[in-house]
Formats: sequence, structure tokens, C-alpha cells
Amino acid sequence: MDLGFDIVDLPETDHPTAGETAPDFTRPLVTDEYWEDVSLSSLLGDEPLLLVCYPMDGAFPATYIWNELRERDFADTFELTIAGLSISTPYEHTTFIEERGIDVPLFSDPANGVAEQYDIVNDLDGMTGIAEPRPAVFLIDTDQTVQYAWVADEWPAFPPYDELEDTLATHCDMKPLES
Amino acid sequence: MSDTDEMTPITLYRLQACPFCERVVRKLADYELEYTSRFVEPMHSDRNIVKRISGARTVPAIVDENTGVTMSESGNIVEYLDKTYGGAD
Repeated sequence: MDLGFDIVDLPETDHPTAGETAPDFTRPLVTDEYWEDVSLSSLLGDEPLLLVCYPMDGAFPATYIWNELRERDFADTFELTIAGLSISTPYEHTTFIEERGIDVPLFSDPANGVAEQYDIVNDLDGMTGIAEPRPAVFLIDTDQTVQYAWVADEWPAFPPYDELEDTLATHCDMKPLES
Repeated sequence: MSDTDEMTPITLYRLQACPFCERVVRKLADYELEYTSRFVEPMHSDRNIVKRISGARTVPAIVDENTGVTMSESGNIVEYLDKTYGGAD
């Protein structure tokens, strides 16, 4: 973004990078029908996972990020599983999924423990006691190795969608065209 | 737990803070049965998944793949669990 003024720089982090193992976690995974405890590793079946950490449901970047990802249609283009993660509760995720037409499951992590595991905590100025993940995207291979990581180093920030698309084209198989 | 090792976990469709659901949870715990919780929405109209599996939108509902049983209503479920898993061996 070029706004003509400086935005907030975030400190260096020790987040997982390409070649490292993605820390496993279990959290309620919310779909349009129900939620249940699901582990990250259990989503790594036959295809890579794109884990998208995004600001809490209701913040405008949450809507922008998912609109952009849906428009790019990654899930129908590549052999890929996509899941989101924010600090919103399962109830908020349910509403967000319905109102914003989200077509991927969302992890709910109100205590922000996953962000701590991944060292991507974003303490929110002016919201005392609330922290959430920095905007971040991890492409995780079926053996739980990180293939690609992008973590915001300023705030606000949005994923580099073109770079992400190139990465997916490199690391993921294309979905067969449906006849 | 050794006698439950080969069991497929029972799926429990539940509503947070629903006493009838907690009744079933207590029974599952009594018999040390493995189970997976799927939480649904308070609004009946938002519970299509439960309707699809059980024919009704009420919770609790369980799916026990070990016996092929799908069942609603806590009284029925507790009775089923007693009969199926309550016998000492």
C-alpha cells in the first residue's frame, strides 16, 4: 500500500519458514453446518493446506481477504485445502460464513494460542487484553513442512496475492478441468 | 479404555449448554466411550446437518457407526448406551 505516510512496523518474529515443520494444533473448525475439534495435521491428507490467518471476523480486512481469495478461486484451480484462522468464536464464524459467503472452514482460536505457537501475535492497540494473529499465510505440505510463509511485518497488511498465486502454481498440482 | 480401542468414536451432535446433551455426555464419560462432538446452532432452522442424519432437528443426536445406530432424544440415547455399553464384561 502506498498511503504517503508510514504505517506501524511490527517487530521481527521467529515464525515457521519454508522447510520447517508447521506446529500442529487442535481447535474447533467451523463449517456452515457445525463445528468440531480438528487438528491441523488431520487436514494434511492428500493435498497441501493453505492456512490463512486473518483479523477477527467483522474487521474489514477479514472480508477483503476472503473476497480476494474467493475471486482468485484457488480451491477450484489447485489441488489444495484452504482453512482460515481467527480469534472469533465459533458463533461469529458461523455468522461470517453465512453473511460473507465463505466457502472454506474456519478455525476458532479466541485465546490466540496458535498465533503464540507460530510467533505471529499481533497485540491490538486500543483493545486491551485482546491479541490476534498477524495477517499471515502458510502453505503446508502433506508431510507438515512449510512450503511458503508470508507474515505481515507492518499493520495493516494484506497477503501478497500475486506472489501467493505464483507459489501455488509452483507447489500444487492443477485440478483437472471438469468436463 | 482397552475395550474401546477398536471403536469408531461415536459422533454426538450437541448444542452448547443444552442439559439434555450434557446428560448424554455424562453417560458417554461413565462408559469411557470415545466420542466426537459436533456443535450446532441454537436456531432449529440452522440445523440441517442434524435433520439429514437423524430426520429431526433436535439435539442431542448420536451416530454410532459401530452398531449402525443413529438416534435422537436423550432418554432414548441413554437407554441405548446402557444396553449397548453398560454390560460389564
